[in-house]
Amino acid sequence: MKYVDEYRDARLVRTLARAIRETVQHPWTIMEICGGQTHAIVRFGLDRLLPPEISLIHGPGCPVCVTPISAIDAAIRLASLPHVTLCSFGDMLRVPGSADDLLGVKARGGDIRTMYSPLEALKLAQTMPSREIVVFAVGFETTAPAHAMLVLEAQRAGLTNLSLIVAHVRVPPAIKAILASPENRVQGFLAAGHVCTVMGYEEYEELVRTFRVPIVVTGFEPVDILEGVLMLVRQLEAGEASVHNQYARSVDRAGNRKAQHLVDTVFELGPQHWRGIGELPSSGLRLKPRFAHFDALQRFAASLHPSAATVHEKSECYSGLVLQGRLKPHECPSFAARCTPDHPLGAPMVSSEGACAAYYRYRPPTSSAARP
Amino acid sequence: MCLAIPGQIQYIDDDELRTGLVSFGGISQEVCLALVPEAKVGDFVIVHVGFAISRVNEEAARETLKLWETTQHSPHSREEPSSS
Ligand code: SF4
Repeated sequence: MKYVDEYRDARLVRTLARAIRETVQHPWTIMEICGGQTHAIVRFGLDRLLPPEISLIHGPGCPVCVTPISAIDAAIRLASLPHVTLCSFGDMLRVPGSADDLLGVKARGGDIRTMYSPLEALKLAQTMPSREIVVFAVGFETTAPAHAMLVLEAQRAGLTNLSLIVAHVRVPPAIKAILASPENRVQGFLAAGHVCTVMGYEEYEELVRTFRVPIVVTGFEPVDILEGVLMLVRQLEAGEASVHNQYARSVDRAGNRKAQHLVDTVFELGPQHWRGIGELPSSGLRLKPRFAHFDALQRFAASLHPSAATVHEKSECYSGLVLQGRLKPHECPSFAARCTPDHPLGAPMVSSEGACAAYYRYRPPTSSAARP
Repeated sequence: MCLAIPGQIQYIDDDELRTGLVSFGGISQEVCLALVPEAKVGDFVIVHVGFAISRVNEEAARETLKLWETTQHSPHSREEPSSS
């Protein structure tokens, strides 16, 4: 496939790995934010091509993994109602809530549809006017424009049977939280290219100024990731801290203004709870007051009561540490033993972008013991 | 679900959502092109959850590859500028 295959070229990958080896002189800890990049790193063994000075640690960039358990429980509760059809991205279905998952509800007859595009929910709401269509709106900045468009189109069509559980998350507040933590070890970031495709990278310039840590906007193929690492290492070795853009074929500084405008029209910033991490200020989106009638939690407040305030994470799941890059998946005592993709204890074992799932798939326990 | 992949625009409808057909290595999918008003048939776009979020800049794409293709034939590759 064009713009994919050529960025997986083995010779280019080797050239880049060599350039990194020739540039590096000191030990550096680099975090890739995005689960898609984690997946590529583990799948293609890119970390194993790097010199021992560089350690890559995996960040919180898996929206499925950080969606709070209270939102999952709300989706489960609503999907169990006889007049509700719940639309969700496929990988949310097996994420454990406090007592159940959406797949369990579906097995008991709940009407749950997996969607590829949020606009599918629009068609469903039009063709099934007697049913309540609830959209489980999760994702990073990349996905937010699609949900904003859904709300605007539903408004335009005068639909009254469509609503959203909004559990969106934003990347920059997460980077800020990691850098502000006294335990922080990260010295440079690979920023998620597709988030920046939408948002640009002006917001990262402020982070770089405040924390003096270089950030490179990076794509998702092996050549992209290694070039991103090289661009970071060059800055680190030179004692510089700027935002550089490796992914120029898709990202410019301003981002997609049209998409940003859509998001700003429909949503406003608010605090958001990240599963395993906690609440981060301004890290989430919520519907603006004039779109409040699309808020599923308000519309079904009576059915959601008593609130699911007493939700519990499974204590043997260390996803919080994994999501903050403080524990590698295979270092979790439950990894591949009590926690597998068939019986996940935590969200990072479910999602295709979850670090635990990537390790399970590409680094089964025997090989990961050899070299992390 | 965060996946976004490049595909080539084959057809654009003139409806409100600027719906189009995008081919991903032979498999075609309906995509909303409203967020990339500048994109034309034949262009490559990055698609995420049924929405094109950017048009691929061919020149920038070629540059990255060219830089590293020439580097591997050159023994003095260390000081090559980055593609940013
Ligand atoms: S391996 Fe399973 S239990 Fe351990 S952190 Fe990952 S998801 Fe949680």
